[in-house]
Amino acid sequence: MNMAVYLSSALAAIRLNAMRSMLTALGVIIGVASVIVMSAIGSGARQEVEKSISRLGTNMLTVSPGSRRSGGAQGGAGTASPLSQEDMDALWQRVPSVTAITANLSANATLVYGNQNWATSVTGTNESFPVVRDWNVAQGRYFDAAEVARGAKIAVVGSTVARQLFGGGSVVGERVRIGGAPFEIIGVMETRGQAGGFRDQDDVVMIPISTARARFAGQDVSVPNQVGSILVKIDNGEDLALAQDEIANVLRHRRRIRPGAQDDFRIRNVAEIVQARTAAQRTLTWLLAATAAVSLIVGGIGIMNIMLVSVTERTREIGLRMAVGARRRDILAQFLTESIVLCIAGGIIGLGLGVAATYGISKLAGWPVLIDTTIILIGIGASALVGMVFGYIPARQAALLNPIDALRFE
Amino acid sequence: MTEAEILSRPVATKTDQAVVSCHDVRKTYAMGEQSLEVLKGVSFDIWPGEFVAIMGPSGSGKSTLLNLIGALDGPTSGALQIDGTDISNLESDALAHLRNRVIGFVFQQFNLLRRTSALENVKLPLLYTTHHPRHPDEMAEQRLNEVGLGDRLDHTPSQLSGGQQQRVAIARALVNNPRLILADEPTGALDTKTSNDIMELFTKLHAQGMTIIMVTHEPDIAEYASRLLRFRDGLLVEDIEQQPRKIAP
Ligand SMILES: Nc1ncnc2c1ncn2[C@@H]1O[C@H](COP(=O)(O)OP(=O)(O)O)[C@@H](O)[C@H]1O
Ligand SMILES: [Mg+2]
Repeated sequence: MNMAVYLSSALAAIRLNAMRSMLTALGVIIGVASVIVMSAIGSGARQEVEKSISRLGTNMLTVSPGSRRSGGAQGGAGTASPLSQEDMDALWQRVPSVTAITANLSANATLVYGNQNWATSVTGTNESFPVVRDWNVAQGRYFDAAEVARGAKIAVVGSTVARQLFGGGSVVGERVRIGGAPFEIIGVMETRGQAGGFRDQDDVVMIPISTARARFAGQDVSVPNQVGSILVKIDNGEDLALAQDEIANVLRHRRRIRPGAQDDFRIRNVAEIVQARTAAQRTLTWLLAATAAVSLIVGGIGIMNIMLVSVTERTREIGLRMAVGARRRDILAQFLTESIVLCIAGGIIGLGLGVAATYGISKLAGWPVLIDTTIILIGIGASALVGMVFGYIPARQAALLNPIDALRFE
Repeated sequence: MTEAEILSRPVATKTDQAVVSCHDVRKTYAMGEQSLEVLKGVSFDIWPGEFVAIMGPSGSGKSTLLNLIGALDGPTSGALQIDGTDISNLESDALAHLRNRVIGFVFQQFNLLRRTSALENVKLPLLYTTHHPRHPDEMAEQRLNEVGLGDRLDHTPSQLSGGQQQRVAIARALVNNPRLILADEPTGALDTKTSNDIMELFTKLHAQGMTIIMVTHEPDIAEYASRLLRFRDGLLVEDIEQQPRKIAP
């Protein structure tokens, strides 16, 4: 008996009980669908991380306030004393590998232009921001050190803000009100693009950090010359880990942290930042991986169960096949093929569902997804494996039947 | 004996070699503590071209014997040769090969695959031949023509009468050119008229030289045979040659 015959008889047997076969394969269907969705989200997130890293550059570090220990309790991020302008100056002067440095101080505010409103994030920075972030001005110019020093009421907007507030019209030189105060727009940043599942990077407004401190963060400021976080650009040839250590040493000294005590600030590189943002995706990926594994095992047990039922129902058929010359291995192959074909059919349906669900999720959650061909092969392979493993016991049971007993079976 | 040796057996068997040779064949079924001896030492030879009817009361071991001859089961003791091959110690693959190539089995309950066409049913033994026939459809169709069902190739068992179903089963038994047809009460589920039609078919096969062994408990069915073996309580009690009943022209 050859493969084509096994296949056609398997398909015939499955068709004979189409509804039952479908229900039986449900576990495999869900399992494979989960595998597809899981990998699509996983690969999408991974690809996003890689894109973000290459966009931000690998030689950027952020320094942010850490958590504070009081007694035995650990506070949340940012509960430690804030960073200040002086921390930034110290890093600039004492860490040689730092090539550019800027501080951030962000707040939410509404921009008003004529009768247009746009609520966005307003970030106070200094003049080095474009260099540190590798992000240039497309129109107009960025503010300079003098403007930062005197707290000028000028702003540079991201392309989303420019579009939302001014439509297609001219932007540079226009006057807007930010949080009620009049500002002049002196530049528009290059478009960064939507970073997949992350917030729109072009939906920002940059103003001098001194201005931001005075106008927006006043009530929150707990140290003089407070900054929210510090962005550092490290010389391309330098060791990032070494620079990270040097920065930590300077800050520990300045902030009088005793040897052995924990840092009250955090230094992260770009990869860490982006990965933290993809944590939600990773959680879902694990959840789906668990679902996939459980579904495939439960599906396999369902397959085994229905194949055992099928062997019992078809005992006389097995006896007849043996009576006309089927060897044990022919019967084994027949039932094994049947369970493998059933599982692969389930796998193909699961594949379709998985692809549909993947696009549904990417639409709804706005997450980047990526379906590679290898995962499709893995999905089909996994279902074939389930069919083989869980179909073996029923198939063996069929093959070991005694021809006479099988023929006489009522 | 291996499968290869069976394959290499001469196709033209000498007429002095028995198709079936039983010598002191016994069969005992273990029933828990007790054991039940169903065949208590049976010896006989069946020669090529014979049409043998096996008769006897219910429970006398007729089906048990036929299943042994059909290589579906092994004897507890004694020697049993089918077409020159001692089957008492054959492994299961060699037995399967024997059932496939040497024996054609016809059952009382037809045993056709449901929802499967007559043609596919007849082709079933061809699936299990080691040398795949080149034109299985033609072979099966020819057999169905021979049993008078050339116009019913696509009918499934539920679309056929009992007599027609048994004809499909006979075509299936013939498809691999067996040396021997075994039939266990082939007319047991059929009415008298249809039974006689089936017996005419057997008579025709007998006339063509086919060796047939048939179990029946109906005397007028046994009349079609050329030899009668009568069993009682697991023993052969009568073995007579007879003039087969003529078919009404
Ligand atoms: N597999 C078996 N296990 C136990 N007893 C059996 C088995 N097969 C047949 N028998 C017994 O053997 C006896 C002969 O059975 P069988 O050969 O079918 O008789 P017949 O065909 O002559 O009516 C019966 O008493 C039957 O119950
Ligand atoms: Mg019987």
